[in-house]
Amino acid sequence: MLEKSALVTLNKVVKHFDISGGFLEQLRFKGLRPRLEQKKVHAINDVSLAIEPGEILSVVGESGCGKSTLARTVMGLYAPDSGEIYYENTRIDTLDSTQMLVHRKKMQMIFQDPYASLNPRMTVRQTLEEPLRFHQPSISETEVRDRVAEVMEQVGVNPVWGERYPHEFSGGQRQRVSIARALMVDPEFIVADEPISALDVSIQAQILNLLMEAREQRGLTYMMITHDLSVVAHVSTRVAVMYLGTLCEVAPAANLFETAKHPYTRALLSAIPKLGQKKPRHIKLKGEVPTPIHLPSGCVFHGRCLYANERCRREVPRLLALSSGVQVACHGVEEGRVLD
Amino acid sequence: MNHLLEIRDLEVRFALRSGDLTAIDRIGFTLEKGERMGLVGESGAGKSVTGFSILNLISKPGYIAGGSIFFRGKDLAALSPEEMRSVRGNRISMIFQDPMMTLNPVMTIGDQMTESLMAHRKISRASAEALAVEKLQAVHIPSPEARLRQYPHEFSGGMRQRIVIAIALLTDPDLIIADEPTTALDVTIQAEIMDLLLELCTLKDMAMILITHDLGVVSQVTEKIAVMYAGKIVETGSTENIVARPQHPYTQGLIRALPGSREPGSRLYQIPGSMPNLSAIPKGCAFHPRCERAEEVCRREVPELLKRGTFQRLVACHLVGV
Ligand SMILES: Nc1ncnc2c1ncn2[C@@H]1O[C@H](COP(=O)(O)OP(=O)(O)OP(=O)(O)O)[C@@H](O)[C@H]1O
Ligand SMILES: Nc1ncnc2c1ncn2[C@@H]1O[C@H](COP(=O)(O)OP(=O)(O)OP(=O)(O)O)[C@@H](O)[C@H]1O
Ligand code: SF4
Ligand SMILES: [Mg+2]
Ligand SMILES: [Mg+2]
Repeated sequence: MLEKSALVTLNKVVKHFDISGGFLEQLRFKGLRPRLEQKKVHAINDVSLAIEPGEILSVVGESGCGKSTLARTVMGLYAPDSGEIYYENTRIDTLDSTQMLVHRKKMQMIFQDPYASLNPRMTVRQTLEEPLRFHQPSISETEVRDRVAEVMEQVGVNPVWGERYPHEFSGGQRQRVSIARALMVDPEFIVADEPISALDVSIQAQILNLLMEAREQRGLTYMMITHDLSVVAHVSTRVAVMYLGTLCEVAPAANLFETAKHPYTRALLSAIPKLGQKKPRHIKLKGEVPTPIHLPSGCVFHGRCLYANERCRREVPRLLALSSGVQVACHGVEEGRVLD
Repeated sequence: MNHLLEIRDLEVRFALRSGDLTAIDRIGFTLEKGERMGLVGESGAGKSVTGFSILNLISKPGYIAGGSIFFRGKDLAALSPEEMRSVRGNRISMIFQDPMMTLNPVMTIGDQMTESLMAHRKISRASAEALAVEKLQAVHIPSPEARLRQYPHEFSGGMRQRIVIAIALLTDPDLIIADEPTTALDVTIQAEIMDLLLELCTLKDMAMILITHDLGVVSQVTEKIAVMYAGKIVETGSTENIVARPQHPYTQGLIRALPGSREPGSRLYQIPGSMPNLSAIPKGCAFHPRCERAEEVCRREVPELLKRGTFQRLVACHLVGV
């Protein structure tokens, strides 16, 4: 097998949700003949992606395009329907929970709503000690105490908060606690799903600084999901743009914001409201986002794309590597129809 | 001259068992016909409470403790409940963050629109329906006649917010109060809704108060801004001026904390601490514990919202213009 330089590799990952319901809900009649109809949400369709050590890879796209599903599938919280996921050279999507334990420790997740992800009946200290004791049962009391103190200091959680409960904190403080908890077991890879969306501007800056510092001090790798594109531009090294569960473009952040290639990426980036810019100048898309239950044929974006032609409606575009590490899935770009 | 809206020394309190909390502390501003103003600030600053009080929608334990609100020359506080109803949803409309706060899930869009119209006007069902179609067209909903027969769940989030805007427009109001109208929507759809609001305001010479914490959005669609902190307006003036040269340390901090203004990957400017609780608003300038420039006077005296130095705006900070 090929040695992988990437920390996390996704190969043709597919994740569908069956929402057909029970037998009676599936029952349909065609003429007089009964048949069972299955309904599926095509949340992730054939996604291949390699996350290199030290990157901050951001995943962007409209609500419902599959960002959280992708994050959860990478973390092993959902099993993919097909495809493979590797952590370094180990395939992890087929591991059972005991085998997964070693990797669990290296991969941690931070959620949007720190309130929902923290146990309301545990003090901050208990919250921080728990993952440590779980992953290192033989650890001594003094080591636990030192480690908790160290991490609390690093994330700016005042040690006197240790005996308090989550409801006694503001949103920003709670998010610090959940970041501290993720850092307790010395992870290598962190998946953060909208870690700052629930927070105010001034608090967002505090949390983003914290995440960037932790990366520098600990050599962390991130997969980050946020819908705020100016945040994406600021923190990411690379950006993956998703539409209806499909990757349209993967590019270094600097490239993407300068010269987006895919028609969807262009429309998305043009919509960012910029400070001090008078007239909004965004590219208007046709139509509405289709549901992932009935995936469009060909390019999933064709119904809204200004450049779509017959081939786009028929053939699924593959993610092609252009120069300078940019990958784009678009017939129009490939054929040179979509000009800069 | 008469302003479209003039708020003076408005004070809103919440009567809690532990005592009264002041949520809005003697704020004032004016709005002219067709003027668009942004009300910005962090969560808990008092933006929504301000919007609600204009419509007299503050409910218990909240109450308006003082000040006056004049709309087209009339004191809204002095109106009878009936008179107030004819202003609310008629001359002044409100749009909320969640379209489902306005839409009834078990009624068709058409029924909701015609009933809302017939509540405010003596008008036949047929002409109400014709007006509904016209307004749906104005918010760019394709095939409006067919859409009237549909229920809210049959629309996407962006379309639902358009419908809410169409409902708000039914009576051709003079003022529209939009409370975070796009926060729940995607960037591409957010941009479309903002375009739409801007287009409609210009077309109908309608005034708007846009409540949001997104300074980027505010700078694109409004002509003036009021920045709120802990129940007070701390800086107000023309949007262009304030965005380019903020004077209050809080406004400066909000703008500097935005990722867009910095070299990618660099440390972001952060305002230390967070907005205080209403029950523990610091003495003197409420912002002083978080302010890098705070001096002795800031801890002691409340700064008034005044024109300071040569700046074309009002600022509530002891250290501006001295
Ligand atoms: N457990 C589930 N069962 C059924 N469908 C699901 C489930 N989780 C997600 N979906 C569907 O899968 C699609 C992708 O959802 P996902 O939550 O990944 O989107 P997202 O990009 O994270 O959106 P958002 O920006 O709103 O968080 C959506 O259509 C969603 O309704
Ligand atoms: N029903 C209530 N009872 C007690 N306090 C309330 C009530 N409604 C609002 N408040 C308080 O009034 C203050 C102002 O609230 P408001 O909703 O106006 O804030 P906001 O600026 O709109 O914030 P956000 O950005 O979160 O919407 C807050 O401190 C809030 O806790
Ligand atoms: S493949 Fe065709 S439809 Fe899809 S984005 Fe490119 S040009 Fe548009
Ligand atoms: Mg999500
Ligand atoms: Mg509010």
